[in-house]
Amino acid sequence: MSDVSGTETPEADVEAEPTEEVAPDPHVLDDLHTELVARFGNELGVAVLDQAAVFGMPVVRVRRIDWRRAAEVAKGALECDYLSFIAGIDWMPAPKEGGDDAGSDTSAPVQPQETTYGAAGSDGRFQVFARVQSTSRHWGLTLKADVDEESLLVQSWVPVYAGADWHERETWEMYGFVFDGHPALRHLYLPSEFEGHPLRKDYPLLARVVKPWPGLVDVEPMPGEGADADAEADAATTEAAT
Amino acid sequence: MSTTNPPLPEFDIDPRAFRHLADAQVGVELDTGDMILNLGPQHPATHGTLRLVVRLDGERVVSADPVIGYMHRGYEKLVEFRTYPQITTLINRIDWLSSFANEVPFIDAAEHLMGIEAPPRAQYIRTILTELSRIATFVLFLGEMGLQVGALTPAFYGFRDREHVLNLIEAATGVRRHPHFDRIGGIKDDLPWGWINETRTAMKTVFDACDVFEDLVAGNEIFEARTRSIGIIPPELGAAYGVSGSNLRASGVDWDLRRDGRPYLVYPDLDFKVWTHPDGDSFARYWVRLQETRESARMVVQMLDQMPAGPIMAKVPRIIKVPEGESWVETENPLGQMGYYVISKGATGPFRVKIRSASFSNVSILPWLLRGVFVPDVITILASLYFILGDIDR
Repeated sequence: MSDVSGTETPEADVEAEPTEEVAPDPHVLDDLHTELVARFGNELGVAVLDQAAVFGMPVVRVRRIDWRRAAEVAKGALECDYLSFIAGIDWMPAPKEGGDDAGSDTSAPVQPQETTYGAAGSDGRFQVFARVQSTSRHWGLTLKADVDEESLLVQSWVPVYAGADWHERETWEMYGFVFDGHPALRHLYLPSEFEGHPLRKDYPLLARVVKPWPGLVDVEPMPGEGADADAEADAATTEAAT
Repeated sequence: MSTTNPPLPEFDIDPRAFRHLADAQVGVELDTGDMILNLGPQHPATHGTLRLVVRLDGERVVSADPVIGYMHRGYEKLVEFRTYPQITTLINRIDWLSSFANEVPFIDAAEHLMGIEAPPRAQYIRTILTELSRIATFVLFLGEMGLQVGALTPAFYGFRDREHVLNLIEAATGVRRHPHFDRIGGIKDDLPWGWINETRTAMKTVFDACDVFEDLVAGNEIFEARTRSIGIIPPELGAAYGVSGSNLRASGVDWDLRRDGRPYLVYPDLDFKVWTHPDGDSFARYWVRLQETRESARMVVQMLDQMPAGPIMAKVPRIIKVPEGESWVETENPLGQMGYYVISKGATGPFRVKIRSASFSNVSILPWLLRGVFVPDVITILASLYFILGDIDR
C-alpha cells in the first residue's frame, strides 16, 4: 500500500503544477524539416558529421572540406535559394573580466569556465556557421563547420551565394577566418588599419579596460549575491501585477 | 588628409569598355575620363552615414562601392557583456524607426531557451506594437520617397501621419522611439484606459493617409517616370544576396515570415494577405509597402477586436538565468528578415549572439544594382531599398 501511495503522490504533484504538465520535446522537427535533413544527408553522405534539432530548426555540421559543397547541395537539390547569414563562433570560455571582482560587477555576466560546444558539437575552438532558407519551400537549415585553429582556412561561399561577400568580410575581420576563394577580403566595419579580431573571446572589451564600469561604485548587490543566497534566489519567483 | 580612406575597390568590369561604348554612341572622339564621386557619408539620401564611392563615366555609374561602418557600435561584442534584460536597451537602437519590432525576436529566443511562454494578452499587445512600428516606418517611407524624386509635400504628410502612430506607441509604452517594453515572459505594462478606441480612430487616419499617398505619389506621372523600370532586382539574385522583406516581395517572391516562417506572436490567428509585385523595380517596392501599410492597419483592427483579457506576464525567476542551449528566432520586421542566433551557456548573459539585420543584406546588393544606372537614379534606388543605417552597421 505504501508503495502505491508513494508512486501516486509525485504524479499528483506534477499534475497540480501547471508549468510541469505535458512537456512535449520543443526541439522535435516537423515533417518538412525531417525530409529536408534526410535529403541533405542523402546528397552529402559521409560529409555530414553530426546533426541536431534546436527548437524545430535543423543544425547540421559538415566536414570543413565539404563546406562549399554543402552550400551547392543546399542551393541546388534543396532549393535553399536564400542566404540569411554567415558568421563565426569562438567556443573558448570567456575570460573572467576584472578577475575575482567580477562577481560583484553586475555589468559583465560571468560565463562558465569549462569549454562546451553547442548543438551538433565541434572539434575545436572555432566554427563557422551559416543559415540558408528556401523562399519557395519555406524551409531552412543551419550549417556548421569546424575551422582549423592554425590555418583558419574556410572555403568561400561567394561562388554559390553572391551575398556571401559581405558576410565573409565581416567574419574575416571579426574572427580572422580566411575565406579561400573570396574575391577581396577587405575590412567592412572597421578602419582598414585596425589590428586584431574583436569578436574572439580573448579580445577584451576595450571600453571596460580603460574605464571601470561606472555603476560599480554604489550599486546595490543583486538579490542572489553572496554565498548562502544562491539557492534561495534561484527558487524565488515573482509574479508581476496584471 | 585622405590617407585614411580605404583602398579603391577592384573593378570587375574594365571601365575602358564603357568608354569605348560611349565613344561609339557619340560618334566623335571624346575623352570621357572616369570620375570618382563620393556620395556621402553625409548625403541626405543615405539617412545617416552611408558612403558610396561611385565611379562615373559621364552620367552613368561604372561601379559603386558602399563603404559602411561609420556607425558600427559593436553590438555583437557588447551583448556578451550584458545581462538579458539589459540587452533590449541595446537592440532597440539597431533599427531605430521600428524599435519595438527589434525586441521581439530576441525576447522570443530567450523565452524559447527558458521554456517560458508569454500569456495571450501579452502576445496580442506585442503583435499590435510590432504592426504599429511597421506602420510608423512605412508611412515615413511613403513620404520620404517622394522627397527623393523632388516632391517636398509628401515628406511633410509622412511625418504628420507617422505622429498619430507614434502617439499611440508613446501612450502604451511611455516612449516614442525606443520603448524597451518587451520583457522575458510578457510585457512591462498593460494598455492604458481608452487606448483601444484611440487606436481604432488612428487606424482610420492611416487608411486615409495611404489613399493620399496613392493619389499624390504613386499615381503621379513624374514619380512613375522616375521609378518604373529603375533598379530591377531579379528574384533569384535578390534571394542569393539575402534581400528580404518588402524588397524581395516587390520582385515577385511570395514569402513572408509572418505567414511562412515558424509561427510566432499571434500571426497564425490573423487573416491577412501577403502583397507581391512582379516588376521588382523601385516603383514596385513603393507599391508593395503602400499595400502593406494598409494590411498592417487592417491587422491592428482585427487584433483590437479579438484582444483577450488576462495577465500580461508569465511567472519568471527574479534573476534571469537562461539555460544552456541555442536558439534561432527570425521575424518579419518592417525592413525585412531580422533574426537572433542566441547561444547560452547558462549564465545571466548570452555567450554569443549573432544579429542578422535586414538592411545589411539589402544594401549588399548595391554594387550589382547600381552598375550602369544614371546618377539621379542612384538616389531613387537608395530610397526605394529603404535601409536604416543602424540596421546596416549594428
